[in-house]
Amino acid sequence: MSIQHIFAEAQELSTPKLRDDIVQQLYDRSHKLCHEGISYTKSKRDTRTEKLDEIFTSPIFGFPIMIAMLGLLFYITIAGANIPSSLIAEFFGYLEGYITQFFTFIHAPEWLHGILVLGLYRGTTWVISVMLPPMAIFFPTFALLENYGYLPRVAFNMDRLFKRVGAHGKQSLTMAMGFGCNAAAVISTRIIESPRERMLAILTNNFVPCNGRWGTLIVLSSLFMAAGFTGGMASLVTTGVIVGIVMIGIIVTFFVSWVLSKTALKGVPTHYTLELPPYRKPKIFDTVIRSSLTKSWSVLVRAVKVAAPAAILTWVFANIYIGDTSILMYAVNFLDPFGKMLGLDGYILMAFILGLPANEIVLPILLMGYLSTGSLTEVDSLVDLKKIFLAHGWTWLTALNMMLFSLLHYPCGTTLLNIYKETKSKKWTFLAFLIPTVIAIIVPLVITQTVRFFGWV
Amino acid sequence: MGTEYRIALAGNPNTGKSTLFNALTGLRQHTGNWAGKTVSLAQGTVQFKDKTFQLIDLPGTYSLFSNSKDEEVARNYIVFEKPDVTLVVLDATSLERNLNLALQVLEMTKNVVIAINLIDVAEEQGIQINERLLTNRLGVPVIKISARNKKGFPMLLDTLDRIVTGAIECNPVRMVYSEEIEEQIKKIEPKVREIIGGQLSSRWVSLRLLDGDETLLNEINQRLSGRQVEYEYSTHIC
Amino acid sequence: MDKPKTMKLVNGEKGNIIKITSLNLDGVMRRRLLDLGFVTGALVEVVRKSPLGDPIAFRVSQTTIALREEESSKIEGELVSDGN
Repeated sequence: MSIQHIFAEAQELSTPKLRDDIVQQLYDRSHKLCHEGISYTKSKRDTRTEKLDEIFTSPIFGFPIMIAMLGLLFYITIAGANIPSSLIAEFFGYLEGYITQFFTFIHAPEWLHGILVLGLYRGTTWVISVMLPPMAIFFPTFALLENYGYLPRVAFNMDRLFKRVGAHGKQSLTMAMGFGCNAAAVISTRIIESPRERMLAILTNNFVPCNGRWGTLIVLSSLFMAAGFTGGMASLVTTGVIVGIVMIGIIVTFFVSWVLSKTALKGVPTHYTLELPPYRKPKIFDTVIRSSLTKSWSVLVRAVKVAAPAAILTWVFANIYIGDTSILMYAVNFLDPFGKMLGLDGYILMAFILGLPANEIVLPILLMGYLSTGSLTEVDSLVDLKKIFLAHGWTWLTALNMMLFSLLHYPCGTTLLNIYKETKSKKWTFLAFLIPTVIAIIVPLVITQTVRFFGWV
Repeated sequence: MGTEYRIALAGNPNTGKSTLFNALTGLRQHTGNWAGKTVSLAQGTVQFKDKTFQLIDLPGTYSLFSNSKDEEVARNYIVFEKPDVTLVVLDATSLERNLNLALQVLEMTKNVVIAINLIDVAEEQGIQINERLLTNRLGVPVIKISARNKKGFPMLLDTLDRIVTGAIECNPVRMVYSEEIEEQIKKIEPKVREIIGGQLSSRWVSLRLLDGDETLLNEINQRLSGRQVEYEYSTHIC
Repeated sequence: MDKPKTMKLVNGEKGNIIKITSLNLDGVMRRRLLDLGFVTGALVEVVRKSPLGDPIAFRVSQTTIALREEESSKIEGELVSDGN
């Protein structure tokens, strides 16, 4: 007799009532134990949580508070990261002088210096100086909100909207996770119990910009959108643009979810339960230290693991010539007409393609390409950076398109791998690649053609 | 270093389980990848006396009846990977629902410690918990802690230590169901025992079969057919 | 005393306390609700509605759980107290 047979026999013996009774009786025992083991000396109401919920889930203030929180989170990150970012960049630049001297001292061949310093070192340190400070600010702040218990309220407020498009309210939690890392967020979709809604959450998570895309978004919006402002005002405008970009991402998420639940993922929303835990003051110091340390570490590791090889590869492509054109330039020239149609160019598309392993390296690769030396010329300030872009014919439209493409395009390699692991399906993984890619092409295309038609640029 | 023991942390979501995990392990932790099943569990170590406790932070779940992937992961770890001790973390301010999970764990495994967390919050709210009575009724150690303020840790670690050394023995008090259910269990249990031997609690498996738990059935089938599930704990960063 | 009023959870007003008499759901969702404490005989308090009217948060077994109307319309109980 096999276990299968016993199972069949058990099913004969069992009834729905018996199944309910099993749970019910566990509860009865639990209830009895509590009755015996617990005594209440005061009225047992947690009035603080109720009062806070009055505000955070209020019909009037609920939504404005959510948007304000999001904006505040971004503002703290953007304003706070400015100075440390430039300090780190300066430090690495200073260090590079010595490293180059050392290479000269040992009479290292030029190509070695090229690969190691101009390719590897500059690519990696760029990623660190651009990514590390925002991450070290964003994650602890986000962790504080999370530990405080605010996020489930967001899921509570937003659920009706998610339901309208056939998705699950908890998707807002996995989206929030996506601000940090889409790959981690794909795994976190496990909190959504029903498979259909979970698939929606997986397929659309990419429309939330992850830490790897923050750098690109922040740099471009501060260069091109907030250009006329200085100091705190500039940070504020940058924040406004980023909030706008995130809103577009959210709208696209709703739209794609809606289309999918009408087509490939038909079905009625199911299985919704959401706990609203009491608000609890987080251990502020512990939370900040822990999450900034662990996140900083992961940014560093990723910089070395992913950015370094990509930086070397880019340098090599840019320095191996066939005839008088480098491999990189062949690819760029090939992609250029298509890129121009989208209001981008061949370099930008090339950077996104080479950036598949990690979004962090898209901007550094782009710069390497523009400088066509295959290495990052020391860019001392954002002003220099803007000069490079302008020299390649950039306008605000190019910046906007690149930001939108970054927001909407295919997930990074790690995320795709996780999607495959979670869904165990090549078809869905491919769709997770295809859907964003198509959208990322259509949106800039429409915008560019419209803008050109009206002659705004 | 000394001997290593595996301690699995189970509990409802929002019970401060992760706070406890973080407070105990400090920064000595990483995310382990459960190979083949793509399950990542956070792990960390804590030294106590001459021993190393390896803590495994299972996903927070309300139940172990496998409605979701997380529940399946937690259940499979406790049942099939047999940690040396399963530490069930409960929220003192909502014990009734939390105890429900503890009772489920007690049905499936022997070495269980129950940590009632957030005890300071509960006391502020005027909730008094008689842990001795609960220890007696459940047959396993029940310890009050506050993970946030690191209260009750020496007691907790000492209890874990004494369980793994055999100085104290857990005798979970068996959950007795109504006559009707018990009768059905009796009919099936001997047959279950014949197949699965002493590896799992045959009473518990019988109960799960009566409950129609197909995911458990599949899992048992795969394990019986000799499939090796390897745990590969590698640092995983995304 | 009057015969207690039977109602669905979804129709509860803020502050109402309802004693569950039946769950008209099957399968996984039924199990999940039972796990969360929506068992027969349990007292449930209507805590608040989401800004957009749905879901509704209920206090059950010392925790607050939000349910969509799809589920809360299938849980019936007796009104124990209207909270005033």
